[in-house]
Amino acid sequence: MSLDLPLSPGCSAAPVLRERGQHEVFCGLTGIIWLHRKMQDAFFLVVGSRTCAHLLQSAAGVMIFAEPRFGTAILEEKDLAGLADANAELDREVGRLLARRPDIRQLFLVGSCPSEVIKLDLARAAERMNVQHAPHVRVYNYSGSGIETTFTQGEDACLAAMVPALPATDAAELLVVGALPDVVEDQCLALLNAMGVGPVRMLPARRSGDMPAVGPNSRYILTQPFLGDTAAALDRRGAKRIAAPFPFGEEGTTLWLQAIADVYGVTADRFDAATAAPRARARKAVAAHAATLSGKSLFLFPDSQMEIPLARFLARECGMRPLEVGTPYLHRALMEPELALLPEGPMLSEGQDVDKQLDRHGAQAPDLTVCGLGLANPLESQGFTTKWAIELVFTPVHFYEQAGDLAGLFSRPLRRKALLTAGAKP
Amino acid sequence: MKLTLWTYEGPPHVGAMRVATAMKGLHLVLHAPQGDTYADLLFTMIERRDHRPPVTFTTFRASDLGGDTAGLFKSAAQSAYDRFQPQAMLVGSSCTAELIQDDPGGLAKTMGLDCPVVALDLPSYSRKENFGADETFLALVRALAKPMARTEAITCNLLGATALGFRHRDDVAEITALLAKMGVTVNVCAPLGATPDDLTRMGQAHFNVLLYPETGEGAARYMERAFGQPFTKCVPIGVGATREFIREVAGITGLSADVDETGLRQPWWSASVDSTYLTGKRVFLFGDATHVITAARIAAEEIGFTVVGMGCYNREQARPLRAAAAKHGVEPLISDDYLEVEAAIAAAAPELILGTQMERHIAKRLGIPCAVISAPVHVQDFPARYSPQMGFEGANVIFDTWIHPLVMGLEEHLLTMFREDFEFHDAAGASHHGGKAIARVEDSPAVAALAAAVAASAPATVPVVAPSGEVRWLPDAERELKKIPFFVRGVAKRNTERFAAGKGIADISVDTLYEAKAHYAR
Ligand code: SF4
Ligand code: SF4
Repeated sequence: MSLDLPLSPGCSAAPVLRERGQHEVFCGLTGIIWLHRKMQDAFFLVVGSRTCAHLLQSAAGVMIFAEPRFGTAILEEKDLAGLADANAELDREVGRLLARRPDIRQLFLVGSCPSEVIKLDLARAAERMNVQHAPHVRVYNYSGSGIETTFTQGEDACLAAMVPALPATDAAELLVVGALPDVVEDQCLALLNAMGVGPVRMLPARRSGDMPAVGPNSRYILTQPFLGDTAAALDRRGAKRIAAPFPFGEEGTTLWLQAIADVYGVTADRFDAATAAPRARARKAVAAHAATLSGKSLFLFPDSQMEIPLARFLARECGMRPLEVGTPYLHRALMEPELALLPEGPMLSEGQDVDKQLDRHGAQAPDLTVCGLGLANPLESQGFTTKWAIELVFTPVHFYEQAGDLAGLFSRPLRRKALLTAGAKP
Repeated sequence: MKLTLWTYEGPPHVGAMRVATAMKGLHLVLHAPQGDTYADLLFTMIERRDHRPPVTFTTFRASDLGGDTAGLFKSAAQSAYDRFQPQAMLVGSSCTAELIQDDPGGLAKTMGLDCPVVALDLPSYSRKENFGADETFLALVRALAKPMARTEAITCNLLGATALGFRHRDDVAEITALLAKMGVTVNVCAPLGATPDDLTRMGQAHFNVLLYPETGEGAARYMERAFGQPFTKCVPIGVGATREFIREVAGITGLSADVDETGLRQPWWSASVDSTYLTGKRVFLFGDATHVITAARIAAEEIGFTVVGMGCYNREQARPLRAAAAKHGVEPLISDDYLEVEAAIAAAAPELILGTQMERHIAKRLGIPCAVISAPVHVQDFPARYSPQMGFEGANVIFDTWIHPLVMGLEEHLLTMFREDFEFHDAAGASHHGGKAIARVEDSPAVAALAAAVAASAPATVPVVAPSGEVRWLPDAERELKKIPFFVRGVAKRNTERFAAGKGIADISVDTLYEAKAHYAR
């Protein structure tokens, strides 16, 4: 391989600080916000409380649609009294919903903290409804509760729930796993096509009719670091994972493609022909931002599990100095290639005790802090420069053409700070 | 179970957070799962607060459930106390903790914390955000305020302003200044800006000003009973209501009601001839009851609109809203289902909607101008500039805010004169609003001729205007209807259909349209 892989072990053997305390993170229900845009004939029905409905609405911000494809079946006092009634109520609400929305082909019953605590059996309910509404609607169930899932884990739980129902096949297809914006998905397919890799299928698909099949000859590769359960579910179906760093930045994308090329026996010439031009473009686009970012220290609070790959990109391609890289959950097996690349130095932390972490953060006074919206303004008001992390999930950031945009998300707050400071009254 | 797409109010513990975040020196410990911290960003983003809300979440997980969640609560409460050293603490449960039945109040009592600890009862499966705020404030006042000798000077407390309140910041400033003009000093404003120590001194005020019944009425009633403090009943939003409020304060205190009104411009703006075209414009109002009731009075008595519908989402204040609706002769709508609100608005065919963030979206969908008068609101309704709703400056702000979305007077006249003008038509929107004007696509002569031929040969072709009930629109009448300016077309369509149904006319012709117009002429 022509790539400059590090000679040092990176962070593979670095100790990890494990903390338990207040977590300042979203629950997995939040995944619905982007999943319902990706899967165009799916409806996400949360079975939960007014809190869950309020969370979805607060996280969805200004996105009100004429007919949104997500909603909350809010548990009322009488539902808590008897589970039999709760099931009957759920059947009735779903019946009504599907009657009003004949365009819905996939229905996700999404569990929440309240539904888990009262042990409402949504898996059983999904089975029951599958019989009732087949073949027009396929009903799945997963949990996005805060007691079990953190933010992006909601997508993992959703995709993992779909895997057992995927049709079986013996075909040797490549599965690209993780919900990507359509424009990014198309770029990914074009690159693989240029390398001569195919057929390629996506999970999740835009519509239920395009869902991939899976079997012992399937190979799959993840585009997102938070898909541990989905990977395990695919393994159980006999598919084999292609291990790779995640396709963030020029280097990440190249290594990701290279891992596929190795499996599919793509020649070096063909690989270079397919990637040389976009690689050069990505490098150039990143360089424009690296000037701002180079040498700056970086602190990442846990949020999405994307922190380690992002720190790797910012350190290696933009010259930043990570001080602490927090992640809500560290999936060793999936993260191994990333940890090997991440330069030695930063503290790795898993989980959170937000007050203690804020103390560490204050003591280190980083140049740039990546954190959630609950912390960003309070930190800004103390003079720190922050990048709110959720945008990294809501913005196209994967693969070559987005590498410059990705770097730009981090350089913009620093450039802004400089602009406003220059304009401030002396 | 109830399928909910959008909610006007959050759960009651968010109300408790609004009280805690409004205050200083107070800390709330919420027994809640990881994830419920989402509510922090309402305060840091929408209200743009520069500090974290003073709220600790116990963040229990599934693996904790079989075990010692009570112990988890205690250690979270202890470390919050140690870290923040508050003057008082609030403890309560979110919806999930309510189900696991640890008792935060009882647990905190056993800990012997060196500050008052107030336990909250927040029934998450039957009540909502406003109740949570009202109840939390009441619990705090009950626990901390003591009977005291009255201050020598005439003072009052301001009750009900919270974090995330619609224009609470500037309303407090405006009413404080108004009271100062009368010679009344504010003793404590609470919860907004108060400390627990401040709450202990509330009993020394002569009376209470209840700014927001939704979030302060419980405490106001309690203090009336416990300390003999009367509270004001008139919420000073609008010129008439502000003057009435002044008279009410004068009655309580014996001070003069003759207050300098310099700076009040709304009455002249409304009286000036430029505003004549506002007369009788049909307005639909929805929001929290207090803002809707006060807005209806302004609309009818101070601007000269016709109130064609009003409603609120908070059942707690349904009674005063019903009474107000009766006064305006409209059917009250008490609902927290935005689809019901949308249906009511569509049926009333207003020319202006005054509502919340949700009504703004409904208005956009229906193509009706709209202004925001009540929470819930988004980030742009926590403005940087001074923008009260209360008092005399509030009246100025309200006039500007409500009139802005309407098509301006001269433009309206020209639109009526030239009907389907090629530059001004419904797809183009008002001239002073954003969005690129779209020139109307004229039917080509051939298409028009064909349409006319079809119309002539088959007068009963299916009309394009959606028929309501039994009546249907003949093509000519439909074309005529489209020539009516879009801002009155809705009501013209509805009136014509009602007229036709009443007369037993099944097919609406151009004549029916004009007969109906004459029938309903004011
Ligand atoms: S953390 Fe639990 S209770 Fe809170 S919104 Fe998420 S699923 Fe609902
Ligand atoms: S990030 Fe800010 S502007 Fe965007 S939805 Fe949230 S509060 Fe609104």
